Amino acid sequence: MTSQRVLHELFMQAAAHYPDHTAIIEPNKGNITYRDLAALSDRVRDRLSARGVQRGDRVGICLRKSIDAVATIYGILKAGAAYVPVDPGAPPARNAYIMHNCAVAIVVIERRFEEKFRAEFTLLGKLPMMLVLDDTGGGLPLAHALDEADTREPAPALPAVVPGQDSLAYILYTSGSTGKPKGVMLSHENAVSFVDWCSEVLEPRCGDRFSSHAPLHFDLSILDLHVALKHGASIVLIGEDIGKDPTRLASLIAEERITCWYSAPSILSLLAQIGNLSTFDYASLRLVLFAGEVFPVKHLRVLTELLPKPRYFNLYGPTETNVCTFYEVHLPVPEERTAPFPIGKVCSHLASKVIDGNGAVVKQGADGELCISGSGVMQGYWHLPEQTSGAWLTGQDGCRWYKTGDIVVEQPDGNYVYLGRRDRMVKRRGYRVELGEIEASLYGHESIREVAVISEPDEDAGIKIKAFLSCREARRPSVIEMKRYCAAHLPLYMVPDQFLWCEALPKTSTDKVDYQRLKEIC
Amino acid sequence: MSDDIQSTIKDFILREFLPGEDPDELTHSTPLVSGGILDSIATIKLVLFLEERFGIKLQAHEADAEHLDTLAAIAQLVHSKRA
Repeated sequence: MTSQRVLHELFMQAAAHYPDHTAIIEPNKGNITYRDLAALSDRVRDRLSARGVQRGDRVGICLRKSIDAVATIYGILKAGAAYVPVDPGAPPARNAYIMHNCAVAIVVIERRFEEKFRAEFTLLGKLPMMLVLDDTGGGLPLAHALDEADTREPAPALPAVVPGQDSLAYILYTSGSTGKPKGVMLSHENAVSFVDWCSEVLEPRCGDRFSSHAPLHFDLSILDLHVALKHGASIVLIGEDIGKDPTRLASLIAEERITCWYSAPSILSLLAQIGNLSTFDYASLRLVLFAGEVFPVKHLRVLTELLPKPRYFNLYGPTETNVCTFYEVHLPVPEERTAPFPIGKVCSHLASKVIDGNGAVVKQGADGELCISGSGVMQGYWHLPEQTSGAWLTGQDGCRWYKTGDIVVEQPDGNYVYLGRRDRMVKRRGYRVELGEIEASLYGHESIREVAVISEPDEDAGIKIKAFLSCREARRPSVIEMKRYCAAHLPLYMVPDQFLWCEALPKTSTDKVDYQRLKEIC
Repeated sequence: MSDDIQSTIKDFILREFLPGEDPDELTHSTPLVSGGILDSIATIKLVLFLEERFGIKLQAHEADAEHLDTLAAIAQLVHSKRA
């Protein structure tokens, strides 16, 4: 499927068709129509352009999810630039690294995050320009910041830039094995082809009400925002506080009459277990989509028994491709089933194959690495040419295949089943975690001599992360000190569950850390 | 009474979220949420434990860093709910 459009045009066309439809609902903060969202994002475009942002630039976003943040995203795209969203709750040093790494022209940031961000960025280089919002919520703080800027210097109204399809639309940073996050570069063509595939399979309608549960720096947000706003549907933004509270979330989904829910399985598991779902009316809910990690069947069964009406889809795909395979779970979930459901078949805008260690295609039924090609596959990693070239397999026909690192097997019915990883990346709460990044961070602690981080399956938590450590000094830091150290340097979902001390880490005959022995120690 | 509450909560946190830790390291003022000990899922587990063990009901806005960041704050919250 080839599309000639760019991402923000999908929204602009919907805004022209459905100007009075509600585009975004921010519970307890306000709503905004398509017309007003278009106008607010036009003002962001004009302000960014007045500050010198040009086609091909990057613009950072350090805002809590809000109408302000979504208007900023479309303003950036309309200015011809790529948006780079970060988690405002992540350590400021990490966010400063990301913004410095991709050389953003300007950062749109909330005042509460500004001071620490400035301090950290100053250690890396010259500060970029900043557009500072006093707060977020309902779009008013953004409008206010634009008003203030206008009084100092007018921003002439300009038409939206229509960049080439290969131009970057956004960069999403994921955990990097070398110890620093890496930027996955997605173009307009990548994004639009994915959005069009969603239109084909999910059949969104202008009366739909999509939940937006995922944070903006997480690739699930691409579906929430850009699919809903292509079709004249409404998005209900789920704030971080409610999003983690199953009891409040359960009532919000019913009260807001959500029709399409999309999240990682961990929150759906909690909703099934402690959300008291049977006490609410979910007649509007027609789609439940989950992605990011394996959904334990016992929790999925409970969920589908409580909510038998919607269609359930298991969506699979790394940030590099967004969703690349999908599987519809047919109900009821059999009583005897314990194996997770397949990740399904490749999406229609992509192609797939499974290869062995030599790059040869394996026979159906044999294990191998899943590779994906097509219009949805990323451009590469920002300023990491070696990792970019290592991510591809070039076929004899010259076609580039992205190697997912995921080991799968194709069943006789053509569905892929996920078996595991070829490297040391794991998924936790739907987020990618490179165990090497945790190790690199722990090596920064002055007392640590050696460190090795492993993961093991856990029925409740999905996986547990364990850090094995040896110490330079006789006095070992406490577990609390280690957790605090990690929380200051890594996102909370990367903080290990356990810290285990050894005199020295076990080694292989070639003097490398023996990870197999460590797993046996557990 | 408040000391009993605090030690019950302390035992739970040590057992569930700090396996292997020296109990003396976890003091009444150790930061739990900002210190990376309680993430979102751990916080939900803690709230469920408090509600069941002490027969109280926490409001959604109470399940945050402001009310749950230290043993002393949690014990105070439980105490006020039982009063």
